[in-house]
Amino acid sequence: MRRIIVAPILILLIAAWGLSVNGQCKAFAKRTCLPELGSYIHDGNYHATVLSEGEEAELYKTFYSDMEYRLSICGDEALPAVQFTVIDAEKKILFSSKESNNAKTWDFKLESSQQLRLVIKVSSSGQQGGIPATGCVAIMFGFKIKT
Amino acid sequence: MNRLLKISNTVLTLLIFFTLILASCRSGGKGGKKDTDSVAVSGADAAVYEDIKQAEKIFYTLPSPLESAMLIKSAGALFDDDLLNPVENTKNYNSNKSMALNLGIYTCDLSFASLYDQTQLIINYMNAAKKMADGLGILDAISDEDINKLEENIHNTDVIMDIVSQTYLNSNSYLEENGQPAIAAIVLTGGWLEGLYISTQLVDMKEFNGNKLVGRIIDQKLSVDILIKLLESSKGHPAIDELITEVNRVKVVFDKITIKTSPVRPEYNPATNVTVLKSEVQSDLTPEVFQELSKMVAEIRSNLIK
Repeated sequence: MRRIIVAPILILLIAAWGLSVNGQCKAFAKRTCLPELGSYIHDGNYHATVLSEGEEAELYKTFYSDMEYRLSICGDEALPAVQFTVIDAEKKILFSSKESNNAKTWDFKLESSQQLRLVIKVSSSGQQGGIPATGCVAIMFGFKIKT
Repeated sequence: MNRLLKISNTVLTLLIFFTLILASCRSGGKGGKKDTDSVAVSGADAAVYEDIKQAEKIFYTLPSPLESAMLIKSAGALFDDDLLNPVENTKNYNSNKSMALNLGIYTCDLSFASLYDQTQLIINYMNAAKKMADGLGILDAISDEDINKLEENIHNTDVIMDIVSQTYLNSNSYLEENGQPAIAAIVLTGGWLEGLYISTQLVDMKEFNGNKLVGRIIDQKLSVDILIKLLESSKGHPAIDELITEVNRVKVVFDKITIKTSPVRPEYNPATNVTVLKSEVQSDLTPEVFQELSKMVAEIRSNLIK
């Protein structure tokens, strides 16, 4: 009888935990990532998720030749460095944050519109054993008319 | 022994639920791990979709309504309020599908009005978007405070764009984070289709060749596959399945356009800290294909705003 009562309560608690973790990602994205866009206008799209050490996320987006863009990637303080790579349709790496002093933003403009792929990876802390660090990672785009 | 078995069962049940909940949080219903390509993409686009087996989360991103409106304005197009979905239509939208589609549509109209300083329309369309968001149960996506701030800064385009961007962010983040990725995808689809509708309607056929706006419309070919991928991640939802069919009709026309882009050469300018992605592009949209596209988008959009 007790099992019948306890199990659903635990399930609800776990579900609520799941939602609250993601809810924190929205707040995290607005608090930490949005200011990084500076004078660029945020496009209004929302991309944030919970990742653990060593995990990856990918994003596909078309970028337009009339615009100048700022890409901003933010990772929770609990996470090791979050690296990102921008790749074109021919799989050519156009930018790697790792090779740019672990940059968190990238400003760019295009001569012709392109569909690009963004790969975000949470690096591993290298510590053996223990629970891998987990936290929010947010991706934001700002734009302005090309000068 | 029986007691031990009961405990094991409870633990197992909890583990299964825990795993399912974690999985749903991670994938957000969008893409997800080890996605398989079911959309036929060609040439260079196909290459972009390969090798996506590692990611825990995949985002398919469309130009936001604000970005679409900015693209239209930067192409030198003029404002035409006859192209917007009348705000009186809000009373016709009662289903989640129609409210989600028209939240995207009204947000695009709002963005369009904002960039052209159409003060009264800005307030009207913000209220129309609010009705849709409220109808969908999106808490505080557009608050009364936002409306007041909008009215107080009605002549300040920067503040207005900031409010539009924030309210759109509030809507799609709420839907994503409350387990409604299908509704979020419908909102994005509505916004994208409205941007495509407005831009195709604004093209003057007498000035077709070399028209910058035509160039921006051709660019949307690059987003069609992304949109289909986004919708397919919620396949099985009746409203999504209907939209996949409609968007695939648009894709068939876009597939008649060839875009050839030379290899991209990134050049970093240390003085401005901006990287320029240098490349040349050639495309071949004929007036006939354009008119076919324009007609089809108008027909689809007309059904969406009914």
